[in-house]
Amino acid sequence: MEEVKEHKARAKASKKEVVIAIKGLKKSFGKKEVLKDINLEVHTGENVVVLGKSGEGKSVTIECIVGMLIPDGGSLKVFGDEVADMNAEELKKLRMKIGFLFQSGALYDSMTVRENLEFPLTRVLKLKDEREIQERINEVLEGVGLLDAVDKLPSDLSGGMRKRIGLARTLIIKPQIMLYDEPTTGLDPITSREISELILSMQKKYKTTSIIITHDMECARITADRIMIMNDGKYIAEGTFEALQKSKDQIVKEFFKDIS
Amino acid sequence: MEAVQEHELTGWRKWFAGIGDQCVFFTSFLRNIFAGDFEWSEFVRQCYEIGYRSMMLVGITSFIMGAVLILQLRPSLVSFGEESMLPTTLAVSLIREIGPVITALICSGKIASSIGAELGSMKVTEQIDAMEVSGASPLQYLVVTRILAVTCMVPLLTIIGDVIGLIGGFIALNITDSISYILYFHKCVAAIDFSDFLPAFVKTIFFGFAIGFVGCYKGYNSNKGTESVGIAANSAVVTASLWVFVIDAIAVQITSILFYK
Repeated sequence: MEEVKEHKARAKASKKEVVIAIKGLKKSFGKKEVLKDINLEVHTGENVVVLGKSGEGKSVTIECIVGMLIPDGGSLKVFGDEVADMNAEELKKLRMKIGFLFQSGALYDSMTVRENLEFPLTRVLKLKDEREIQERINEVLEGVGLLDAVDKLPSDLSGGMRKRIGLARTLIIKPQIMLYDEPTTGLDPITSREISELILSMQKKYKTTSIIITHDMECARITADRIMIMNDGKYIAEGTFEALQKSKDQIVKEFFKDIS
Repeated sequence: MEAVQEHELTGWRKWFAGIGDQCVFFTSFLRNIFAGDFEWSEFVRQCYEIGYRSMMLVGITSFIMGAVLILQLRPSLVSFGEESMLPTTLAVSLIREIGPVITALICSGKIASSIGAELGSMKVTEQIDAMEVSGASPLQYLVVTRILAVTCMVPLLTIIGDVIGLIGGFIALNITDSISYILYFHKCVAAIDFSDFLPAFVKTIFFGFAIGFVGCYKGYNSNKGTESVGIAANSAVVTASLWVFVIDAIAVQITSILFYK
């Protein structure tokens, strides 16, 4: 807990530049308007948690950030550049600065853990030096506490271990931004807490800026510098965990009602 | 999410959208072949998975096919007093048509379905998305290697299948008649012209490409539900098999014009 408080205080203390700037973002799928008017600024080193009910389109926002989805309207700038205007090469360069942790971990199941970790190093960073590759693999595996799983296949790993390796694989390219899509979904409370604390410690170690999509309040409490609450395609509330906990808004209260 | 958009299209619009998607997929495939950093190790692995692991199935089927053809042809040729034509007839029919088509159909069933299911499940479990957002090219790693591996392996499997089919024919022929293997294979080889072998070989390259392309396209563009993995595998087999017959029909016409005027 001390670590969490110290981290939040540090984040608040410094005025940081805007890394992600979203203004009036809109996205529809067919007739279903998922994002109606999303406005968000994320600063360097900040951990922003987006809370919302399932199916609200929380993940759609981060998929737009990495250019997996093209917004229908509004502006989405990362490092000052409009993502929708980027060509394939610019998008590739942007993606090299962003780590995306998928809900399932998305490990390549035909490859061992080592091969999973080598993949972004050899294909994205084009590293050739075997020693450097090995050092990076050891470093991230040590970070997530799974050094002995290096030669295992994803099918031999538990859900929590898969998430850890997924996190290691995204961190191995040393991204400046981390996007987490429901990192604790499907895990037991103890493993969820471990993953949330790991996210926080990795954020401190690699000094990344993060957006964490979740509906796990414990994860939000541990990791968030700032929380955005999403409802009906818009952010309806913003603030620290403690501030939102005291909110009188009915929808916000619904999220915090089981928190003591 | 893509599924929501896809359901908006119906009838002809959906059909044309599908054709358009396949054209885009094909141009992306071509672009990625020449994009540099060819994935040699994955290509070799796929050649092993696709070629070596299909060899037993192709071999057994071809052996049976050769034997069955001899047993079926024999009564007809005996009635004409042309028993000695059995090796020649088998060799020509096997090399020109039956070998390539049977091998391609087996490969459609085995390879197109496995590629469709593999890429489909990678899509469902977000592995393809993970590759894409990491800045790596899933097309280069997954699609180019698989399509080229199938394109290379189907002709090789056909040649192996043809040889095993002829061996099957020899054994079947020796059940009822007695013929030395030297005479049998001499008759087979003598019956095959360059104009028999070359068009058959060239069309197997197209068969291979069609099987690889259809398998990859169906798997790569499957929806994100688990049932879409089965749909991708199933439609890959059906479409690839259909393409084998379409290509075969076109190849026969071209061969007739070029070689058998």
